[in-house]
Order: sequence, then C-alpha cells, then structure tokens
Amino acid sequence: MALEILTPGLSTAVQDRGRFGYYRYGIPQGGSMDQFAAMLANRLVGNTAEEALLECTYLGPKIRVDARTILAVTGAPVEVQVNGTPVEQNARLELQPGDELGFGVLKGGSKFFIAVAGGIDVPQVLGSRSTYPIGKMGGFEGRALQAGDVVPVGDAAAETLPRLDRAPEEFIPSFDRDVTVRIMLGLYDHKLTEEGLQNLTEAEWTLTPVADRMGLRFDGPGAPWKDEEQPFGAGQDPSNITDAGYAVGSIQIPGGTQPIVLHRDGVSGGGYAQAGTVISADMDLFARMSPGTKVRFRPVDMDEANAARAERNALIARLWS
Amino acid sequence: MTLPEHARYSWGGDEFLLVEIAPDMSLEANFVSNSIAEGLADRALDGIVDICPANASLLIRFDPDELAYTELERTVRELETEVRKATVQELETRIVEVPVWYNDPYTSETVARFREGFHQRPEGTDLDYSAEVNGLANAGEFIRRHHETPWLVSMVGFVSGLPFLFQLTPRERQLEVPKYLSPRTDTPPLTIGIGGCFTAHYSVRGAGGYQMLGITPTPIFDPEQKLPDFADFMVLFRTGDIVKYRPVEEEEYRSIEAEVEAGTYRYRQAPVTFELSKALEDPDGYNRTLLEALNGA
Repeated sequence: MALEILTPGLSTAVQDRGRFGYYRYGIPQGGSMDQFAAMLANRLVGNTAEEALLECTYLGPKIRVDARTILAVTGAPVEVQVNGTPVEQNARLELQPGDELGFGVLKGGSKFFIAVAGGIDVPQVLGSRSTYPIGKMGGFEGRALQAGDVVPVGDAAAETLPRLDRAPEEFIPSFDRDVTVRIMLGLYDHKLTEEGLQNLTEAEWTLTPVADRMGLRFDGPGAPWKDEEQPFGAGQDPSNITDAGYAVGSIQIPGGTQPIVLHRDGVSGGGYAQAGTVISADMDLFARMSPGTKVRFRPVDMDEANAARAERNALIARLWS
Repeated sequence: MTLPEHARYSWGGDEFLLVEIAPDMSLEANFVSNSIAEGLADRALDGIVDICPANASLLIRFDPDELAYTELERTVRELETEVRKATVQELETRIVEVPVWYNDPYTSETVARFREGFHQRPEGTDLDYSAEVNGLANAGEFIRRHHETPWLVSMVGFVSGLPFLFQLTPRERQLEVPKYLSPRTDTPPLTIGIGGCFTAHYSVRGAGGYQMLGITPTPIFDPEQKLPDFADFMVLFRTGDIVKYRPVEEEEYRSIEAEVEAGTYRYRQAPVTFELSKALEDPDGYNRTLLEALNGA
C-alpha cells in the first residue's frame, strides 16, 4: 500500500515523535512540530503514538491512494477534500482505491498532519523516521516530498478501530492570533539590561515570516544586552557567548533586536546568548501560529512549568484512554 | 588560568539543565565540562535524554516524567565536586590528521560573493583580514600559524557533526578573529573556518559567520557510512579528539578526493593519552609529543 504524491504542496515531509540521543552530535530531535495534533491524527486512524505521518506546511499536497485507506487530517484548520468534495477535518476518513486527497486554503496556523492507518513506512534512521533535510537523512530519502514520489504505508495493526472517530472539542486547540507563551527565564538572562528583560516579558511580539522548523523570529521593541567586556572566546557583540549548547525552545536575541525561538530542527549549539526557554507544554503552540500572530512571553517558575506539563500529560492520557 | 570556584547552574525550561563551568574559554573549563559529561553518562540515570558537553559548559536534556530536576541537579553537583578533586586529569583519545587546501578556489569564490554588508573589510580576503587582526605579516604566515600546532575538539554541534576546535597553545599565541558582521547565506561544504578562538569544519553546505581559510577533501559526516572511519557512526569527531591540519595543494587534494569517492580513504590517526597538566606546563614540548604519536602512525 502506498500514497502517490501528485503535487507535494509547499513543504510536506515525514515526521514522528522525534530522534533523541544524538543532539550532542548536532543532530536535532526533529519530529512533528505540533506533537498533540500528530497524536490525535494517529489516534483517529487506530495507530499508536509512534507511527510516522505527513506534516504539511501552509499549502497541502494532492495525494492518490492505491488501496482502501483509513486516514485523518488534524492540526491547522484547512478544507479537506476527497475527489474535490469537502469532508470533515479532525475525523476518521475512509478512501477507496484511486481516490484523491486534496486541500483548500489554510485558515490559521501553519502545520497540519495526515495520518494513515499503518503509518508511513520509511526506514528508521537513528531510531526515528523524522526527516532531517540539512543532514539529508531520515524521512523519505532525507527530503521533503516531490511530485511522483510513492510513499509506502505500513500494515494497519489494529483489527478494530478505536471508538473515537472524530475529535471532541477538548482535543481541538485554539488558532487564535493572540497567544501567551509560558517561558522560564534563565540561561544567560543575567546579561540582559533591565529594559531588555522588561521588553522580553511584557511587550507584545509579532511573528515574522522568518519562521520554520528550525526557529521562529519575532519583531518588537528589541531586548538589549548589557554592554560589558566580553569573556575570551565569546566574540565581540554583547549578545555573544562562548559557543554552547542550545536548549530546544530557548530564546536567543542576536544583537538585542529580534528574539528567535529555536524549534525541533534547530541548531544544537552556537554563540548567541539566550534569555530563557519555552516550557515543554507550550512548544506545540508555535505550529499554530502564522506570520502576524501576536505573542506575549509570560515567565513562570519550575513548579508552574511542571504543573503545565502534568496537565498536558493528562490530556494525552485521555486521548489514548 | 583560574576557573570560577563553582559552575553556574541554570534551567532551560523544564527539560534542560545548563552547567556553565566558566563564561570564558579555556582548556581547563573544557576538561571539567567533558569530565562531568563522562561521569554522568557512566551513571546511566533513567531519564537522561542527551548529554551535550560544549566548550566551557554542558547542556543536559532530561525527561522530568522519569527524573526529578532536583535529583538531576544533586547528581551533577556531586560529579562537579568529584571532577574538581581529581588530581589526575587525563583523557584517552586520538590524534587525527586532516588535509587542508588553504586559500583554495572554492572558498575564495564564496569569500568574493559576500563582502559589502557582510564583512568588516570588504576589500581583500578573509585570510588577509585574519592575518592583519593577529598582527601577522601576510596570509601565508597566518596559514602557518594555523597548522603548526594541534587543535582540540572542544565541542560538536550546530549542525550534523560540526566540530569546534580550540588551539593547543598559550592564550597569547592563539589565533583569534572576529566573526562576519552578518552571516553569509552560503558556505561550501567542508570549509575550514575560524571565528573567535575556534576553528570549525562546516559539515554541510549552508549559512556561516566564520572567516574562511580553506577546504578539506575529507568528510566528517557520512549518513550512509560508506567510508571505513564511519563504520561505527555517521559522525567522525568526538569532543576530546585532537586534530593536526596538514596543508596540501591541488594535486593532493584531488587524489584524496578520488580516494574518498572510491570509498577507500582512511584518516591517518593514532591513539594518545592527553594529560592536562603536561599540556599546560610545557605546551610546545607536549605538542611535539602528540605529533610524534601521529608521525609514528
């Protein structure tokens, strides 16, 4: 069984939960940018959370199936079409051999997901099927899909599909254009000026078009760093540090101008100071934004971050119950 | 060289711990960071996801559902104390020879494309500029200073297997150059660059801000694991590896390139025990010992 890619869309690539344990070699975790939406799609088609699926960016692909196929589309709101007729998003779909899956225009966010019963069956590389395009590895031949690709689908494991065949309200996230993201200050925040710290945590920031799986750049009043004598090896600019590892979700502010939030394909280290880190429970929010989205970064402490994580874990447990 | 008495601990959200040994770069800080990383790996705690030793710091990723942050911090602080108390600081590692075609046409062409708006000194080349800011007579002198001492891989990261290397020579003799004012959008794969006090090998084509010195024909990231040196893993360098650059000209570059293409190329290398105290006491003498090990290979 396979998916034939008629048109690839803007950037459609195989993702899963991610590739862990190789960050020290500069190989990023990868994985679906909206992990919850990806889990929901897998759940609806009777997969486990481990199966690989397709992550689509803004403009969806056109796909023909060669067999009876159970699939679901979740994530950013978009018109889903089968043979040109609109069908439900966030619900289980059944396609017949020769049917074509297509998409209308995105109505919010940036990433949506197509899960197929059986999962996308590309080889695992370092324990994951996620695509890492810079390293030309993982996914389908280490790259985004192209017209003419025939993407293999695994055998569906589930004999009986779960009762959940459309997502209830609590599993559908918001795609609001005003978002509060919870962060933990730290890392190199002591190098920010008072004004810089205040701007970062109190000002409104606007997502620029310079945003992808590696990182997302925000526009706003700037957040200056202290002009101090720099340590040996760090580099001349006040925003430079001796090159160090970057936490996924950390917020760097090169030159004190535009904050950049590193996401799942981000570089693993470098020489720019970071003022804090997005908490794990809020990482999916960045896949639900699009250029122009207004963001506030609200500082929380470790206890609040862990409480938010527990709340998200409980939601995930309900999804799989 | 004295390190701060204690490392600085800071949380990167709920899944990362940063341990900064010192804000500035030194061999000692790198040694402490690597030793803590090794000690933590040996303890094999459940819930440790990634241990990333860096130049003068260490980044640890953990799964808070399996390992409480308080427990992680307690363990790392314990290790830090142990490492600082250790009287013998040595590292079982290897010295690897890397051929470099300095001042090659590939990086020169890229240098010429990114001047106005990117570079401090649009007229001239990266090599001329690097020589000048280090008070050296010319590019040839800079090249000689770059390959005459060995370098230590002090961090691997950024993208796919890219190493940062620290020059094994006293600070007053280390080469140091500013990074580009604004990063280039292109760098040829396997470019050898220098920024701040670090040399880097660009593992893949892409953006970069280091001054470009030359290019090597030998890969450092091989996802298909075609070459024998990559049989165990797709990334060549580990932190703690020692590198000796050897200048080559076009003819030899081409012939090594052909060996790489044929899948027969092997890096010249030899095992060494790196002893921090000896390296600090008598840097020149100790470098000669390291190079003898390589020349015997």
